[in-house]
Amino acid sequence: MPKLKVDGIEVEVPQGATVLQACEAAGKEIPRFCYHERLSIAGNCRMCLVEVKPGPPKPQASCALPAADNQEVFTTTPMVKHAREGIMEFLLINHPLDCPICDQGGECDLQDQSVAYGRGQSRFAENKRAVTEKYMGPIVKTIMTRCIQCTRCVRFAEEVAGVEEIGAIYRGENMQITSYLEEAVQSELSGNTVDLCPVGALTHKPYAYEYRPWELKKTLTIDVHDALGTNIRLDSRGRQVLRALPRVNEDVNEEWAHDKTRYAVDGLVRRRLDRPFVRKDGKLVPVSWNEAFAAIAAVEHGGSVAAVAGDLVDCETMFAAKTLVTALGGSRLEGRQTGMDYDTSSLGAVAFNSTIAGTERADAILLVGTNLRWEAPLVNTRIRKAIKRGAKVFAIGPETELTYKVEWLGDDLGVLSDLPQAVLQAFDGAERPMVIVGPAALAGAHGAALGLVDTLGLVKPDWNGFNVIHLAASRMGGLMLGYASKGGIADLHDARLTFFLGADEVDYTRFDGFKVYVGHHGDRGAHHADVVLPGATYAEKPGTYVNLEGRVQRGERAVFPPGDAREDWAVFRALSDAMGATLPFDSLPALREEMYAAVPALRHPGLANYEWSPPSLGTTATGRIEGYPIQDFYLTNAICRASPTMQRCSAELVHGESFAEAAE
Amino acid sequence: MADAPAIPDEAEVRARWGAFAWSEDSQRKAAEILGRYPAGRQQSASIPLLDLAQRQVGAETKTQGWLPVPVIEFVARQIGVPYMRVYEVATFYTMFNLAPVGRYHVQVCGTTPCVLAGSDDVFAACKNHGLSKGRTTPDGLFTLTEVECMGNCSNAPMMQINDDNFEDLDYDSTTRVLETLARGETPKAGSQTGRRSSEPAGGPTSLTAMVNENHDYRGEWNTAHAG
Repeated sequence: MPKLKVDGIEVEVPQGATVLQACEAAGKEIPRFCYHERLSIAGNCRMCLVEVKPGPPKPQASCALPAADNQEVFTTTPMVKHAREGIMEFLLINHPLDCPICDQGGECDLQDQSVAYGRGQSRFAENKRAVTEKYMGPIVKTIMTRCIQCTRCVRFAEEVAGVEEIGAIYRGENMQITSYLEEAVQSELSGNTVDLCPVGALTHKPYAYEYRPWELKKTLTIDVHDALGTNIRLDSRGRQVLRALPRVNEDVNEEWAHDKTRYAVDGLVRRRLDRPFVRKDGKLVPVSWNEAFAAIAAVEHGGSVAAVAGDLVDCETMFAAKTLVTALGGSRLEGRQTGMDYDTSSLGAVAFNSTIAGTERADAILLVGTNLRWEAPLVNTRIRKAIKRGAKVFAIGPETELTYKVEWLGDDLGVLSDLPQAVLQAFDGAERPMVIVGPAALAGAHGAALGLVDTLGLVKPDWNGFNVIHLAASRMGGLMLGYASKGGIADLHDARLTFFLGADEVDYTRFDGFKVYVGHHGDRGAHHADVVLPGATYAEKPGTYVNLEGRVQRGERAVFPPGDAREDWAVFRALSDAMGATLPFDSLPALREEMYAAVPALRHPGLANYEWSPPSLGTTATGRIEGYPIQDFYLTNAICRASPTMQRCSAELVHGESFAEAAE
Repeated sequence: MADAPAIPDEAEVRARWGAFAWSEDSQRKAAEILGRYPAGRQQSASIPLLDLAQRQVGAETKTQGWLPVPVIEFVARQIGVPYMRVYEVATFYTMFNLAPVGRYHVQVCGTTPCVLAGSDDVFAACKNHGLSKGRTTPDGLFTLTEVECMGNCSNAPMMQINDDNFEDLDYDSTTRVLETLARGETPKAGSQTGRRSSEPAGGPTSLTAMVNENHDYRGEWNTAHAG
């Protein structure tokens, strides 16, 4: 634990810390461009120069200098000030003065730091260098003349995303950052390079020229595009959400977000349901709320009422629907739209017990029927971290590119009860072994996977290595609220009145009764419904979400729903009046109190404590894993499907269509 | 990148070089090169293998060789690293040609010592012989490139043609070298004024007794440093 002095302040930092980190520990701000906490140290921007004693009588790059005992660091001396001014002047030599038309303007590290640490004016009278734009795909827009070659994007692609397609070509003044042969970067995390870029060289292509950062209202909420519960910030102007950016949460998403989280927001203003509809003569006709409610109230359900929760809904919506269903005399609830019917008697047996952050400490990992790269990209990055620490990864299922080296054990589930010697050996010495069961295996091999708990020793006093991957943001919350029937969704097929809460992946042809769709997009569900009630998206309502590890998180409302659409719980509250079964809450806080009373674990944000009492299911599994449930990463839900950006990503990155770039 | 070579049309290049593989000779050399590095460190072989590939392309096209993209990718596959990492190396080093060059790659030094010693005359000779910077002559013989210091400053001005250095050039000797090459003959490499390596122009000024044979100076030490 080296002890050193920074500007006279004594600090003690962990072994292996850098001088830059020591300066931060002392509360000193050190300007930097290339250094980033989550990437390897490059030391090529030289902006973090400080004066260090003992040492050579010249400024030193603090990001690459290990902190040592009895060092004296100075960050405010004339030498440091002079050095920073010099570096800044060099960096600005080839940087265009186009801040007024640059999308990074207002949130640009170079802008901020040149104000704080630069000289007042330039002494450079010669011509500036210009670099041609590079094509990096549908997500990242490049204006490469602005690049200061910090190589953060190159390091991110290599180290975090695991897609070594970005690099620096040529040399010296001619050095250019580009994707390989200017092809689209095949990564579902490419949007993060834009956040990492300290200048405006990489900007969000879908948001280009749409906003100025200072005119946006920032709302903290939770992402619903996968079950991870990525912490995001929605930036909105007026009634429209203009962008989604990740927030730092070390336990969940670190500071990354995948491209669906970031860029599907343009789907929030397209194909929206903004008024109620009732099917008349086979056609959906716009009607008033009262008319729609009357149509539902007229259904003679005789207590045969059910609700199907979609993938994107919050706990409040599910609780309101459940209360209504119960009040009407029904009891059947289901959230697993595609017909999965795995055992839910113990939530511990269907949760991600090792926790997302714990994944990176695992030392032996077995993936069972999961394409993590698409099902949970940010769990995938954690596994990459675990591999860097020496973890071995095996996988059962059809081979797919996961961005790291995996030992494939074939796609036959029978191997679960007869694991090869190599796997047993790797797990034998493992302190923190992990098995991750994906949805492709959950249907047929849940029991066999639970059987591994004993054979591989997954559960220890301070470690639970049994994990299940879910695809829906609503899944764990839904299971906690009882949205699971024994036989899966098949149990609901004969209900006379069914509420579909934004459920768009259901096979509607199997439902014979009256179908009420409460949701926000005119997608598959609305096409089949008898009555459509317009609801709110995740951006338009405060909500509670539980992620796949059982972490209760709450999001806030960024904008209001369009037209006549209302928050879903309020829709159910109003409907309950019309149906003569008035719900016992008039406000969201009242609803939440009821919900907490029913499921106390939802009250406190943070990890819900699931008891570990796995059900005993048959431990043999047979059959093959034919494929993974996600066929197209970019089009997994109604919001994505309405988003032009996601359509474009899908066409280009998944289906390999090529798009000619329009000249600008 | 004003001087940057236009990278040739990709479809055409892929059609021509997509099936690139080591020749028997290169295969042997490649195995030897890879053998120099421990397992897991094959990336270290990027540069020697790229050079080997460039020479093989040269042999196949009877030129100095270049690195078409499929060949770079072939090398990357040989050492099991992503294409981008090898592509970065190939673009970084000026010794790797990213566009076809002629049979003789004339690289004339244009750095300060050579300029002071008259590299302008060398360029003039090249120009008058039909060479222009960054281009290959229509007969496919010469490609002219201006390069930075090649470490022969004491023999400035100099140029490198293929693997040989030609030093102490002036207008006439440059023309002579180019003409000799154009005739298909091999000009004498090294200094064109006849001086040996980088000894002083006009002959040695010290250790003169050692010019023709070994000479033991030790007996003369005392007198040389008398007093």
